[in-house]
Amino acid sequence: MRIYVPLDAAAKALGADDVAAAIRAEADARGLDVEIVRNGTRGMVWLEPLVEIEDADGRRGYGPLTVDDVPALFDGTLETLGDVEKIPFFARQTRLTFARCGLIDPLNIDDYEAHGGLAGLRRAIQMTSENIVEEVKTSGLRGRGGAGFPTGIKWETVLHAKGAQKYIICNADEGDSGTFADRMIMEGDPFVLIEGMVIAGLGVGATKGYVYSRSEYPDANAVFAEAIGIALERGLIGPDVLGSDRRFDLELRIGAGAYVCGEETSLMNSLEGKRGVVRAKPPLPAYRGLFNRPTVVNNLLSLATIPAIFEKGAEHYADFGLGRSKGTMPIQIAGNVKYGGLFETAFGMPLGELVNEIAGGTASGRPVKAVQVGGPLGAYMPPEKFDTPFGYEEFDGQGGLIGHAGIVVFDDTVDMLQMARFAMEFCAIESCGKCTPCRIGAVRGVETIDRIAHGDPDAPALLADLCETMRGGSLCALGGFTPFPVMSALTHFPDDFAPAREAAE
Amino acid sequence: MSEEHPQPSAEGIRSLIDARLHLEGPMLPIVHAIQAEYGYVPEMALPLIADALNLTAAEVHGVVSFYHDFRHAPAGRHVLKICRAEACQASGGTAIAERTLKKLGIDWNGTTANGAVTVEPVYCLGLCACGPAAMVDGTVVGRVDDARMDKLLSEAGA
Ligand SMILES: Cc1cc2nc3c(=O)[nH]c(=O)nc-3n(C[C@H](O)[C@H](O)[C@H](O)COP(=O)(O)O)c2cc1C
Ligand code: SF4
Ligand code: FES
Repeated sequence: MRIYVPLDAAAKALGADDVAAAIRAEADARGLDVEIVRNGTRGMVWLEPLVEIEDADGRRGYGPLTVDDVPALFDGTLETLGDVEKIPFFARQTRLTFARCGLIDPLNIDDYEAHGGLAGLRRAIQMTSENIVEEVKTSGLRGRGGAGFPTGIKWETVLHAKGAQKYIICNADEGDSGTFADRMIMEGDPFVLIEGMVIAGLGVGATKGYVYSRSEYPDANAVFAEAIGIALERGLIGPDVLGSDRRFDLELRIGAGAYVCGEETSLMNSLEGKRGVVRAKPPLPAYRGLFNRPTVVNNLLSLATIPAIFEKGAEHYADFGLGRSKGTMPIQIAGNVKYGGLFETAFGMPLGELVNEIAGGTASGRPVKAVQVGGPLGAYMPPEKFDTPFGYEEFDGQGGLIGHAGIVVFDDTVDMLQMARFAMEFCAIESCGKCTPCRIGAVRGVETIDRIAHGDPDAPALLADLCETMRGGSLCALGGFTPFPVMSALTHFPDDFAPAREAAE
Repeated sequence: MSEEHPQPSAEGIRSLIDARLHLEGPMLPIVHAIQAEYGYVPEMALPLIADALNLTAAEVHGVVSFYHDFRHAPAGRHVLKICRAEACQASGGTAIAERTLKKLGIDWNGTTANGAVTVEPVYCLGLCACGPAAMVDGTVVGRVDDARMDKLLSEAGA
């Protein structure tokens, strides 16, 4: 009998390690031959720890499982969730990037291969660099890190840039609140990221890759470091990638708790050992990036999606989606929700369907008041905007952004003035300090919102003005986009900013 | 899981530096290694790093001070990080954090009088679907409520 107990950080945070230990002890006490596999997560976080038992009849799920449930699990008296892939939240997904996450043993490369892994890389090895880049262009893949820039075009620029050494950087600095997809891949299917980076290297002629992860993710970093060791041992990376006579070296680097280091030029400064301040563009990283050499910087999900594109073909991928938002997006549902977790689906599902149906509304059972999409720099969407389809242009048209596709749901107890204040405070704490509108403006922003809270009638106009200055005068999106959460809160939830508010309290 | 840290020595710091000089851009790996070893980045490490990397001590200070992670003094025996970001706020994180600080009689980045616990803010642990989230000495904790927090604090000896 084989029992799967997730090693995913969210599962661990809900007790998975203790459950795994209890299962081991109980199996030993009963003299049963049980193999425990620490898999990634299926992404249904409200069911974690979600344990699956595999026998001749297939896999049956149990969860959320506690240590106290373990005897009943072995007695066969515990209620089962059945086939977890038939749970509506899972069954409604289209899993391309996350096809294997939660299914396989993340550190078993044979398991990886048996479930479609390495097929994409084997195909890419037979192709010219030009054809690899063309395939990515045809897929329509746009950067999943936020800005949505076409990945194929970025690769093409680096392919044609001149340099003795080129680099692939995986941006795994997932600092946005409400996002955890990068972490899930590093913990649940790390070889897919490695495979994607190797293909990128072949595509642009880069022989060295860096994964820049965060210190806030110790579990992910431990699993991924182990995966790199295994990949090297098995010849997936190193001097002779899968016997192709091509080189690709890979290194994991860890940041040190600075949000702005997710911005690509700040990230490169950080990797080089400098302060993580943002660099002015041009030059583009594609021409002069890490150590002034041609560099691809891609988000982790962008790179982890590459193997599926090469395995199944660019057309297959491009057939999903809506308009210029092609393929699938791993949407991360978080905050005050009944069913939180990872939901990968083709672009185009309306926000309201995601919030009310997929997420099942709030965990508190109270009405939804606001949904922040796209991390701390994303707008707060009121329920009136719930018919907005999930897509880059569609959200842009509604004054929002999808960013790294985190959805954070708030119920009616949220105070939107406080959320606007927090956005400014966050910007002030995390500013790299290079430009005044961001460094000073965010501090003034907190003060101005406090003046609004105290009923100063001039303050709202001042805040709007300040936001305009930050939007127009900031070098990067940290200062430039903070107006999104702030102004959306002010615009859509004016009652929370009303002067009468203090009297009412 | 209290961590015991040795007293910093120039010799120890130099060997941590030397082991990483072969890397491209070795600064962050070096500073991380020093903090992992001693629990903070001692002042005496700065000129040693500067010397090895051919920089001024001021430049090294500039880098080290840029990052929220690096401490210039030892923390308490345990480090409790509490997530302050939006998704955790949406599920009640702010109240948990305020109650915890009040109970311990400290502010953010403060250490309890008995030296047991330092409380630091963190902006997202990637546990946003099971918030409020926290981390104790690298161990993640989800769905933190008052009872769970009290248990964590008493285990840490606060
Ligand atoms: C303040 C700030 C933080 C960012 N954080 C991230 C991040 O955590 N991960 C990420 O992939 N991109 C982040 N970005 C975007 C990157 O600069 C860059 O556009 C992205 O990594 C490119 O990859 P892609 O084309 O695959 O999306 C951030 C940008 C800004 C301005
Ligand atoms: S906007 Fe803020 S974070 Fe971005 S470059 Fe300017 S100061 Fe730095
Ligand atoms: S917002 Fe708290 S863990 Fe992500």
